[in-house]
Amino acid sequence: MKKVYVNEEWCLGCHLCEYYCAFANSNERDMAKALKNVSIHPRIQLEEGNNINFAVSCRHCDDPLCVKGCITGALSIHDGVITADTNKCVGCYTCILCCPYGAISPSDHGVIQKCELCTNNIKGTPYCVQGCPNNAIVFEER
Amino acid sequence: MYKAALITQLYLKRGEKMKYVIIGNSAAAVGAIEGIRKIDTDGEIIVISKEPYHVYSRPLISYLLYGKTDEERMKYRKDNFYEVMNCKTILGKEAVKIHPERKEIELDDHTAVHYDKLLIATGSQPFIPSVEGLESVKSKFTFMSLDDAKDLDNSLTPDSKVLIIGAGLIGLKCAEGIRKKVSSITVVDLSDRILSSILDKEGASVVQSHIEKENIEFILNTSVAKFLDHKAILSNGEEVDFDVLVLAVGVRPNINLIKEINGKVDRGIVVDEFCQTSLSDIYAAGDCCESHDITTDQNKVLALLPNAYMMGECAGTNMAGGEKIYDKAIPMNAIGFFGLHLITAGSYEGDVYTQNIPGQYKKLFVKDGLLKGYIIIGNIEKAGIYTSLIRDRVPLSDIDFELICRKPSLMAFSKIERKKKLGGVIHGY
Amino acid sequence: MGVNYLYPEYEVVRNMDRCINCRVCERQCANEVHSYDEERKIMCSDDALCVNCHRCVSLCPTRALKIVKSDHTFKENANWSGRSISEIYKQAESGGVLLSSMGNPNSFPVYFDKILINASQVTNPSIDPLREPMETKVFLGSKPNKIERDKDGKLVNNLSAGVELAMPIMFSAMSYGSISYNAHESLARAAQEAGILYNTGEGGLHKDFYQYGKHTIVQVASGRFGVHKDYLEAGAAIEIKMGQGAKPGIGGHLPGAKIVGDISKTRMVPEGSDAISPAPHHDIYSIEDLRQLVYSLKEATDYKKPVIVKIAAVHNVAAIASGIARSGADIIAIDGFRGGTGAAPTRIRDNVGIPIELALASVDQRLRDEGIRDNVSIVVGGSIRNSGDIVKAIALGADAVYIGTAALIALGCHLCRSCHSGKCNWGIATQKPELVKRLNPNIGYKRLINLVKAWNHEIKEMMGGMGINSIESLKGNRLMLRGVGLNEKELQILGIKHAGE
Repeated sequence: MKKVYVNEEWCLGCHLCEYYCAFANSNERDMAKALKNVSIHPRIQLEEGNNINFAVSCRHCDDPLCVKGCITGALSIHDGVITADTNKCVGCYTCILCCPYGAISPSDHGVIQKCELCTNNIKGTPYCVQGCPNNAIVFEER
Repeated sequence: MYKAALITQLYLKRGEKMKYVIIGNSAAAVGAIEGIRKIDTDGEIIVISKEPYHVYSRPLISYLLYGKTDEERMKYRKDNFYEVMNCKTILGKEAVKIHPERKEIELDDHTAVHYDKLLIATGSQPFIPSVEGLESVKSKFTFMSLDDAKDLDNSLTPDSKVLIIGAGLIGLKCAEGIRKKVSSITVVDLSDRILSSILDKEGASVVQSHIEKENIEFILNTSVAKFLDHKAILSNGEEVDFDVLVLAVGVRPNINLIKEINGKVDRGIVVDEFCQTSLSDIYAAGDCCESHDITTDQNKVLALLPNAYMMGECAGTNMAGGEKIYDKAIPMNAIGFFGLHLITAGSYEGDVYTQNIPGQYKKLFVKDGLLKGYIIIGNIEKAGIYTSLIRDRVPLSDIDFELICRKPSLMAFSKIERKKKLGGVIHGY
Repeated sequence: MGVNYLYPEYEVVRNMDRCINCRVCERQCANEVHSYDEERKIMCSDDALCVNCHRCVSLCPTRALKIVKSDHTFKENANWSGRSISEIYKQAESGGVLLSSMGNPNSFPVYFDKILINASQVTNPSIDPLREPMETKVFLGSKPNKIERDKDGKLVNNLSAGVELAMPIMFSAMSYGSISYNAHESLARAAQEAGILYNTGEGGLHKDFYQYGKHTIVQVASGRFGVHKDYLEAGAAIEIKMGQGAKPGIGGHLPGAKIVGDISKTRMVPEGSDAISPAPHHDIYSIEDLRQLVYSLKEATDYKKPVIVKIAAVHNVAAIASGIARSGADIIAIDGFRGGTGAAPTRIRDNVGIPIELALASVDQRLRDEGIRDNVSIVVGGSIRNSGDIVKAIALGADAVYIGTAALIALGCHLCRSCHSGKCNWGIATQKPELVKRLNPNIGYKRLINLVKAWNHEIKEMMGGMGINSIESLKGNRLMLRGVGLNEKELQILGIKHAGE
């Protein structure tokens, strides 16, 4: 299955992936309208260091700890993509406790959010990949 | 173990269907069902449960009370789960005895259910302390099951004064659930701090201050000496008036079925790393049994939903002839009270690394060069990275420990490790 | 500090309605133009630092930025332009030589833009390149005067060493040190896949690029940086750099601060020492000396590789070329005055040299007149901007062209002409690792291939339009060109008729 991978040798730490992610999941058509005066909490997050940068998003593990730990059953796997039913989620954060990549984060609405490969928004295909200016983020099978 | 797998394979080869029976219908049971079905799509699975409900998530009962969820959304799996998984359910009946020589379960209506492989996932029940006068309290409740929550809810009025015995996870979650519905809440606990099973004194006081802002009163270092119908007389002399009493002092694993047939039990049912009991073809998973806590190298009951699911999955896999070991059990908790979240894991021995910054209270516990436990209150983002250090027993000399103390980050791992983790070799379980 | 003589040339215009404070402009500007004001919660820009490289504009996700020329003006003066005035302010302050990067930007005539190409109609029908075979393959090297046969009548192979190009384009010399490792990797990989050559420039050949040797021209410049036996063996051709179009007559200077790590190793210069290329090769003071070096290089590589001599286009370029053609060199490369550079004194870049079109035409004509045109192939460079320029250059007599600036633009260069600062925001003309990272060779080499392939197709279309199906028939075919807006002298030197004739 194709997943989002970040090649840290090309990551510039520009944070554009985060903004494109926030835009993709905002349900707006214009990026300026979507993100003006908005403090973003994206589903892909950059880790910055001395000359090394890389962005981390859900790895869509074959054997996911978050799904096993979820107390409501809100996290489940559909066609290999780990999705979160935000209606069911109560914001207990057990998944955040479990995820070894730190890929799940609290959303703005008291529940959790995570990368779902843009399968649940109007973009349809991972938008961080399209927005990366240096081909550091790719969408491929490995 | 090898023999069991062999026998299972023989069954499957002969075209006979294995008969899996699961006593219990919560997280461990679901884990087992999903584990079995990954390997054996034909075998018969029967789930027996005392509660009449479709599998629901017990931790959600407090969320139900304050309206964050409802009975429909509390279902742990979709309505068609048993159908899709091809499971028969016997709900509203209790399994009262196991006859291992006949490989049969006896139900409370005297019917018998045959098994090839049996899973005990009976969970636990609330512990009722023996206190003088307790029987005279009319309006008393435990807080464990959906029915408990419904009964409690029905008894509350906006004028109710509620007394909760036990400032642990269950007692405080109950308090959070009912706060908006009642007039006052008082919580009494024997320990010197709230949440004594998962927090240290300093952390506990942070959480306590936060909860006290909701007008919840704590009386610690004391227990109830005597109950009158609407009054509790504490051992420190104080008296507390109440309309409704909630007992949340602890739970006892349901081990009787195994104990009666001389299976090995301690505080909970004793199982090996394959989740098999000391009895052949009988497995156990979840709150009813003990796990091996790798942070203390000791066996203890880890009554946590993630643990229950993973034990269930392990048992189910092994029951169906696969081979899975569960050897990464650690205590772990993610919980929130009135908007303040805390995540804890492991055990709190060894050297302590503290970080107190606005918005976060954090302690890391290091022993023998490994991270053994942590407590985070407030900003809990990426806590799972710490959890993985504990579960995977990562030598702290292999990572940038100074960075990890400051914040959980994958940057602390070496470039090669990062390539493995993020570059295409996926580790899940 | 007290008196600001220099007003910022450019202004950063930010559309505040569209700015989402993502700060990518701040993060990506090596000149630190942009910053985030925490208190007012808005982005701010310091125009004085902006070099107009467009990095921020290109990366801004909401297109909130643009760079405009400041409309702060001096009083109108056709003689004393604002630029002339500002340059005096700069020199009065610093006392230094003005340095510039890239090619001459001033308005001298661009002869390519005054030359038009023929097309067939009625007689000599045009050819459709999508349906019929078209040859743009080029062989560079000395061509024998006649066919020789042995006593049995079989052909004798009297070809001297040469190179084969899939199309008449090569990447010109840009040294490792003036441009980055990633830029070189992009050029090398693109040259390999497109079937053409790239040039190491005078910075030597990095050991990682020996694998592309078959598509590499190794340059021997006056400083002889990085020149050793394996270096010469590695390339497909060897180029002796006598001059460079942007700065004829002078040498080069790479400051010691840039001679670190791989640059130091590849150039064989100790870390921290300045790398100075002297103006002349100190062992070449006459055409005979040049001949000696040509043959030394051929001896060292067993006569298996053609030798190129690169000269700048100056006044007596025809006579020089004639001398080179008799020196044993296989290819002459002429670099016109518009050629680019990493850094050169502004006055030299802007005032020295002649246009490549005129140099090419006069060299081609002179060699034909002397009957030695076949001794050498001619390669020209110095602002070849598109496939039209290439067709015109070939028709004027070139065998192939060198592209430098065009290649860098394909890689992302926005011609801000600040290469000498070493802070190229596109990762091209810099050695800072955090900036070099911005040029991903996996993207870069594809863009270069796209460019040359597109141009190759356009060349075929234009050739087909002329009814020519082989580049050989276009070479030196001045009849395919007409001038427009050119005077008698220019037409005469170019050797073409005026449009209408």
